[in-house]
Amino acid sequence: MNLRYVWQLLISAVLIFWSLNARAIITIEITQGADSGIPIAVVPFGWDAKKGALPHDVAAIVDADLLRSGRFLTLPKKDFLSAPHQDRDVTFKGWRLLKAEALVIGHIAPAAGGKFEVQFRLYDVFKERQLAGYSYTVGPGTLRAVAHQIADVIHEKLTGEPGAFNTRIAYITKEAARAGGAAYKLQVADSDGFNPQTVVQTTEPMLSAAWSPDGSRLAYVSFEDRRSKVYMQTIADGRRELIAEHRGINSAPAFAPDGRRLALTLSRDGNPEIYVMDLATRALRRLTANPAIDTEPSWSPDGKYLVFTSDRAGKPQIYRMPAEGGEAERLTFEGDYNARASYSPDGKMLTLVSRQQGLYHIATLRLDSRALQVLTDTALDESPSFAPNGRLILYATEVRGRGLLASVSADGRVRQIYRLDEGDVREPAWSPYNRELRNKE
Amino acid sequence: MRKTGWFAVMVLVAVLAGCAGTGKKSEAPPVEDLSSGADTRGAADKSATDAKGLAAARRAELLAQTRVYFAFDSSTIDAEARAVIEAHAAHLAANPQIKLTLEGHCDERGTREYNLALGERRAQAVEKLMRVLGVAGNRVTTVSFGEEKPVDADHNESAWRKNRRAEILYKQ
Repeated sequence: MNLRYVWQLLISAVLIFWSLNARAIITIEITQGADSGIPIAVVPFGWDAKKGALPHDVAAIVDADLLRSGRFLTLPKKDFLSAPHQDRDVTFKGWRLLKAEALVIGHIAPAAGGKFEVQFRLYDVFKERQLAGYSYTVGPGTLRAVAHQIADVIHEKLTGEPGAFNTRIAYITKEAARAGGAAYKLQVADSDGFNPQTVVQTTEPMLSAAWSPDGSRLAYVSFEDRRSKVYMQTIADGRRELIAEHRGINSAPAFAPDGRRLALTLSRDGNPEIYVMDLATRALRRLTANPAIDTEPSWSPDGKYLVFTSDRAGKPQIYRMPAEGGEAERLTFEGDYNARASYSPDGKMLTLVSRQQGLYHIATLRLDSRALQVLTDTALDESPSFAPNGRLILYATEVRGRGLLASVSADGRVRQIYRLDEGDVREPAWSPYNRELRNKE
Repeated sequence: MRKTGWFAVMVLVAVLAGCAGTGKKSEAPPVEDLSSGADTRGAADKSATDAKGLAAARRAELLAQTRVYFAFDSSTIDAEARAVIEAHAAHLAANPQIKLTLEGHCDERGTREYNLALGERRAQAVEKLMRVLGVAGNRVTTVSFGEEKPVDADHNESAWRKNRRAEILYKQ
């Protein structure tokens, strides 16, 4: 615990990126734990400057992704003795002197139809061996995605676990009241907060954005009709459907892993209960029958269970029940407020909001040992969700009166804050994996 | 807000008391009445008028309050909230054409979905008391905004106290 604070004081690396095609300025501040990891050198990718400026610095995006994961220590470019772009130019001795364990090189060339061909290679510096080498041919709008995929390949080759850089995050922003009232936006951005895209905008609050398992749709709650209703929207074309507008609360949507069912909370029978809706037929099945609050359902990755928040024992705690209905089992006993649980992708853990000494922190609960581990020390942390590789947890926090996104590694070691230039940010949700763009070899 | 309300009540009470006193003085010549029972009767009338004025002022003051407040993570109606709700219920009994919406709200602490549920519970607690007091259920709509519509956007105890509330809103 002490070490954690020492880290926090000593290491506060601030990386600033200027997005070229979006107005937003994003600062990712690593607040804890960026002092260790695999030393890696990412050489700026080759590009013929005579062909104009590239829309994105691919190598810089790769470098930032790797550093942000907390599992790598990217080496400063000023120390590089050479800048190879091709396999034939690589001499390992110099990189060994820098104590780099891995080396990334690449080059970008114009391709037909205004596209770019991006090639990269990853080397093990000590074994003097290439670990990966891929090429991608994409349009300028996809260069950032390629950079994230390259970072994913590097992450997987060097740690043995898949990366989750080429994924997206959904979140809700609130801009201060103006002439037409406050503006609420449901946004989707790259996992590093770049390329924000507005899915829907209203003058009334929205909350609880939930991804479909294929990443194509979002379900969410909107108060645009002056009460809570659940909507489902396709991201690509903006097409949306009203899912639930019963009497009372309509909220807390969560897609089943099969994408065909939606768990949600309705209070149409007088108090909040968990229901499962068949999305094709819209048939509803009520799973809880309790005078207490039952809400915030979330599916296990195998689709067999739902965890949810209930105050049936007096205070909100996490329960688990079969997705087909049946007895609910209480999972949390530590503390008097545990809520908004969701599963890790491997199904072994939950992340949730836990109140400790009156402050709301992000925690994990191991399902085998039932051990609760508190990961954050900020006061108003909310809405945690795992990255699809299970390594990081994205959540919302409050810093000096402003809602911000933050992430913490699932082991609590690395923490960072995303400063999106978009007012008050809340209710983040990490997407499932995106499709791959890699060329066939 | 509530402090100003109480101040207004005190001013009103003072004014009413003053009016009653003035009325009494100008009413009758003082000499003839001194030894008669009229004086006693007059004093009783005076205090009755004051009490009536005070009750009316108190009712007006309660009716002017459209927000009732709750303790943290609670939907229990305390004595202060009950007095406000009773005043509204009496007003509704006297004005059977009026319909109303009860909005439930929470402070920002805790998860948004749980607070949405808690806000509904607060609105329902007010509705339940109104029905006990004779307000027909079909005149009342409840809605929860959870923590989404704070009165005070600050992040401290004083803001939270104001935000944990139910709003009594008459429909025209």
